[in-house]
Amino acid sequence: MKGFLVLENGEVFEGERIGYQAEVFCEVVFNTGMAGYIETFTDPSYAGQGIVMTYPLIGNYGVIPEDFESDKIWASAVFIHNMANFESNFRSKYTIDKFLRNNNTPGLTGVNTRKLTRMLRESGTLRGALVNAINNKEALLEKIKEYKVEGVVDKVTVKAKQEYGKQYEKKVALIDYGFKHNIVNSLLSRKLGVMIYPARTKAEEILKDNPDGIMLSNGPGDPEECKEEIETLKELYRRTNKPIFGICLGHQLMALANGFKTSKLKYGHRGVNHPVKDLNTDRVYITSQNHGYYVLESSINKNIAEVSYINLNDGTVEGINYKNKNITTVQFHPESCPGPEDTSFLFDTFARKVKGEI
Amino acid sequence: MPRNKNIKKVLVIGSGPIIIGQAAEFDYAGTQACHELKKEGVEVVLVNSNPATIMTDKMMADKIYIEPLTVKTLKKIIIKERPDSILPNLGGQTGLNLAMELAECGFLKKNNVRLLGTGTEGIKNAEDRQSFKDTMESINEPCVKSKVVENVPAALVFAEEIGYPVIVRPAYTLGGTGGGIAYNKRELDEIASSGLRYSRVHQVLIEKCISGWKEIEYEVMRDKSGNCIVICNMENLDPVGVHTGDSIVVAPSQTLSNKEYQMLRTSAIKIINALKIEGGCNVQFALNPNSFEYAVIEVNPRVSRSSALASKATGYPIAKIATKIALGYDLDEIQNEVTKKTYACFEPTLDYVVVKIPKWPFKKFLTANRTLGTQMKATGESMGIGSNLESAFMKTLRSIEENVEELFLEKYKNYEKEELEEKLKVVDNERFFVIAEAIRKEIPVDRIHEITTIDRHFIGMVYNLIKMQRELESSQFNADLVRRAKMLGFTDKTIAKYTKKPEEEIKKFRKQNGIIPYFKMVDTCSAEFEAETPYYYSSYDEGDEVKNSYKKKVMVLGSGPIRIGQGIEFDYCSVHGIWALKKLGYETIIVNNNPETVSTDFDISDKLYFEPLTPEDVEAIIDREKPEGVIVQFGGQTAIKLTKAISDLGVRIFGTSEENMDRSEDRKEFDEVLTKCNITRPKGGTIFTVNEAKEIANKLGYPVLVRPSYVLGGQGMAIAHDDKEITEFVNEINQIVQEHPILVDKYVMGKEVEVDAISDGENILIPGIMEHLERAGIHSGDSISVYPSQNIDKKYEEIIIDYSRKIAKELDIIGMFNIQFIISDDTVYIIEVNPRSSRTVPYISKVTNLPIIEIATRVMFGEKLRNMGYGIDLYRKSNYVCVKMPVFSFEKIKNADTSLGPEMKSTGEVLGVDVKYENAILKAFIASGINVKHQGNIFISVRDKDKLEVLPIAKKFKEKGFDIYATSGTSTFLKKNGIESTALEKLSDGSEDITDLIQSGKIDFVINTPTKGKNANRDGFKIRRIAVECKIPCFTALDTVNALYKAIDLETKEEDLNPVDITKI
Repeated sequence: MKGFLVLENGEVFEGERIGYQAEVFCEVVFNTGMAGYIETFTDPSYAGQGIVMTYPLIGNYGVIPEDFESDKIWASAVFIHNMANFESNFRSKYTIDKFLRNNNTPGLTGVNTRKLTRMLRESGTLRGALVNAINNKEALLEKIKEYKVEGVVDKVTVKAKQEYGKQYEKKVALIDYGFKHNIVNSLLSRKLGVMIYPARTKAEEILKDNPDGIMLSNGPGDPEECKEEIETLKELYRRTNKPIFGICLGHQLMALANGFKTSKLKYGHRGVNHPVKDLNTDRVYITSQNHGYYVLESSINKNIAEVSYINLNDGTVEGINYKNKNITTVQFHPESCPGPEDTSFLFDTFARKVKGEI
Repeated sequence: MPRNKNIKKVLVIGSGPIIIGQAAEFDYAGTQACHELKKEGVEVVLVNSNPATIMTDKMMADKIYIEPLTVKTLKKIIIKERPDSILPNLGGQTGLNLAMELAECGFLKKNNVRLLGTGTEGIKNAEDRQSFKDTMESINEPCVKSKVVENVPAALVFAEEIGYPVIVRPAYTLGGTGGGIAYNKRELDEIASSGLRYSRVHQVLIEKCISGWKEIEYEVMRDKSGNCIVICNMENLDPVGVHTGDSIVVAPSQTLSNKEYQMLRTSAIKIINALKIEGGCNVQFALNPNSFEYAVIEVNPRVSRSSALASKATGYPIAKIATKIALGYDLDEIQNEVTKKTYACFEPTLDYVVVKIPKWPFKKFLTANRTLGTQMKATGESMGIGSNLESAFMKTLRSIEENVEELFLEKYKNYEKEELEEKLKVVDNERFFVIAEAIRKEIPVDRIHEITTIDRHFIGMVYNLIKMQRELESSQFNADLVRRAKMLGFTDKTIAKYTKKPEEEIKKFRKQNGIIPYFKMVDTCSAEFEAETPYYYSSYDEGDEVKNSYKKKVMVLGSGPIRIGQGIEFDYCSVHGIWALKKLGYETIIVNNNPETVSTDFDISDKLYFEPLTPEDVEAIIDREKPEGVIVQFGGQTAIKLTKAISDLGVRIFGTSEENMDRSEDRKEFDEVLTKCNITRPKGGTIFTVNEAKEIANKLGYPVLVRPSYVLGGQGMAIAHDDKEITEFVNEINQIVQEHPILVDKYVMGKEVEVDAISDGENILIPGIMEHLERAGIHSGDSISVYPSQNIDKKYEEIIIDYSRKIAKELDIIGMFNIQFIISDDTVYIIEVNPRSSRTVPYISKVTNLPIIEIATRVMFGEKLRNMGYGIDLYRKSNYVCVKMPVFSFEKIKNADTSLGPEMKSTGEVLGVDVKYENAILKAFIASGINVKHQGNIFISVRDKDKLEVLPIAKKFKEKGFDIYATSGTSTFLKKNGIESTALEKLSDGSEDITDLIQSGKIDFVINTPTKGKNANRDGFKIRRIAVECKIPCFTALDTVNALYKAIDLETKEEDLNPVDITKI
């Protein structure tokens, strides 16, 4: 069955419907990773977005539930070039089509993804709708233009506190803006217990549990929308000297909590090949990235913080160290999944800080 | 870190002649390196024995030595030139081994020469089997259970311990020479002994066989500061067990999930950090398909065939960046030349699929064993880029020029299921054709996977292709169907075949319905950034990305994969053609599909189309680009074959017209041309059947030369001495249906002479006359060729010039042509005219200092030789003598007959250059890898008709102090004529004496002239194979032996020879 992706600029991309049969609105973004579609689709940071996979063959290694980065697919829709019909991997349990159907996620295959990506690159991220037929295009375009990714952190965050790794002596409070499983796994594997809090948890409540460190997770949407979350971070900044480690949205929220500014990238950084440079050592690491917003360098108060990492491609801020506090945040994803594990040492450093070793 | 300013003069070592396992990829790497060094203001001294390379061109380096790649010669050059550094990691295994030898003996240190890039310790830890294992163990990276042994008994003991099957890998060899899989004690005994012989350090690795695991490669780079990036990973369609050079390879990997991809990526980075690689490196893994278990198979601390493939697959110029790293730069200081917006420190990401298929020489070696294993057999490869796996595969399949456009071979058509299941067990070059047939016969994908252990995803690809075939056969013909077939890479011809419509109709229908290919850019970044690089591939996804320009454009067709008969020389010609056109102010477009070459480097031409060289694919590019015309005469037979198709489109062919090209190929018309010019040629005629052949042969009188029309490198050509042989040969040719008649000519025995020439339609310019040392009957590509000719009378020279002029005039040749002559009994015969550039153009260009291709290009655009300042007729002779010597790869191809004849068998060539003829010969022999001993033992076994002729040779060797061993017949004959020799019983008499003698290593040279026929059971065939497998030079033409004797007889030794800087001649 045919389906159409209609973009806010009026362009239409045709494909074959896959997955769940529904019509959805989304913000259309592209991801350039060549492997890792399972992790990408289940990454909560994509909530509200339709993902265009630039790699043309998707589904080759089937679906491996143990690689999910959350319990479900959070993306609104997926747009792919070719869906594999002979999946192959020893851990694969079912096909990509079934995966999408199980998660009520609609998709299109046979999409001219390169053309679509070039369009997004030129015009910037666009909103769109995945529909079965275009009857009244004008009206549809109106509706597309009304679409906004909002309230997504509330959608993806845990509903109540959860705890893992109770056997470990040291504990980390993870504020969940839409965490990826591997953040938790990265802490557990370093013998740290993890207490996961809903995004809007108050600072007091977290500090009451007396964590040895605080982790700010990744997450979807516009950071400026997260007013309450930012308030919590302001409190935490003021009241604790415990090590804090922030990733992606967590990094942006900490910046906002300190009065810095964020802005939207033209078409985001989404992929597993982004070089970032450590300004202290001049070393470059290849990182996994997934963000549409970034912290404006000019807005950073040099008395409070300094830039620790920059993106080698466009020079944007990729990491901040807070001078007067034990706080490190990065825009990229050291937990990888998908993507390179080059910066997993950041978890080592954080773990040592939490354990009081440094 | 910025560039190290102390590096001022760098010696670059090339990789020598093209052999199996080491092809054009190192010319590509070396050329990029030289280019980069010069750009950085470094003085470049280049050494390579291969004259057909672009890197040995005057514009590439400041000092150029086409000299033997030996330690002795390199030492002389270093002392003469005093470079401060050596760049060792771009000349393949040859270059790396030489640099290591120079370093290990302390010579470099003594002479204050530093090795750039990865240090000696890192290289040793990667290359030496035991050090490698130790290094891997120290960083907890798993290797396959293995042990280095230095003798056969130790190998047997270890194999018992780990269990059969085991793999034998000799240390320090190319393409796994001498290795193999042993399933039992007897096989291990055999393989291990041969492996030990081939190893430079007399070591082999005995290893647990993990065949059936996935084979995955990572191309990684690291700089001095420790920044590491992965350029590309690749997955072999053939599981572990088939050499990666013989595997069909896809990039990026298709069946690895993120977990496995990153696990191996992390491992690769850990390894290059441990080895402290500075530059490019290749890491090969085996991955258990049913777990996360993996093993590091091999690490190459240098650029390689795989890195060339990775460069072309991603657009990331590995060799160039490796050179910059060697000069001291860090990755984040180097710009990404493709996007010009990002840096070299990033990982390319693809939004297309790349498939590589090897080109094997089995059509040349009918007796050869076609099975694939750990010993690489392919001479070259093609690459295809597509928007899906199927189309990338189909494109590559037609790029390798095996006359197939789909996975279908007539010979398997009638196989039953059971036969196919049996056949699927055989791992050979036709395996995917068998899989396709199995799917046609409805053997399930999973069953095929079970038998072949090829991943079901890849068998699924074949299934999808066959499914489309079925749809074409049975579905309603409409635009949707055609579009889907085109998207899977079906050609119009294949669609026509299955829809039972004429090809023309398909093409017309397609165009009417807007089903045309669009050209996409290879941009390293999946369209994330705007790219500047005009490197394109076609796809049936809408969206054209070609940069429009309003300059006048000329298209040059390249020569496709490297094969015997069409090697790197044609890439040299294509690239020089491009450069000449640029000088003339044209926008240049190249079409080629060989990832190993310089011509497919994205900064050679203004636009690069990485596409198959077939009429349909080329037409699509012509439709898009609308060039002024096309040059076909530089791309060998591959490009020439397309002349008619292009002419038929109404597109101009620059240079000689299609009609005249045809007149030189078509037997009848060519006879008329010669008659008109009053030139003699050996008498002959054309035939289709055996009976016709016998009739004409008897009329002409044996021996006669038999050959098919329109072939390359004399494929299928043979000299028949009687009815029985001609029957055999004609039957062999007719195994493939012949469109054109077979030619039968009187074989004229005489001196063979060759010229390359340029014609402007009025005058000609012959850069030089080349004389072959072997008499006619041995293919010119396999002959030793001498320039300037040493033994040709002035009178004949005049005739040769006159004939060349006449031919050029009569065929209205514009541009390059090549003529082969035979001088016999005071008559000059013409045997062949090729209206195109030839194999010898690069070397003649270099030693005469004539920009031959540039001149040829300029005359195609109307310039006249008279006004160009190079003169006309014969160009002045060089004061230097150049001897071009063929190099063979027989040891790699089991059961290939090594005897020389009219069909070309060499894979590459070397050149000896000296003021003195004999010195040049000596240099050429040394460069070709022959140890020119001045005394020792020779083994002689010749056919009866050569016995008289071998007499003086035997005498010379005897007097020189050689001991002679001979087969009983030859020995008796020698004795009768007063020459003592040790007689050995024939193999056919059941004796193993000859085998034992040769294998003992006592013999230095073998002389064996082939008896009649191509029978692999004959003694001669076996003797030649034993010699080749024992790495003992075996000569099958007495003329070659006489040349060798000249070198042996010389007072001068290698260390006395003076290297010649060819930029000074």
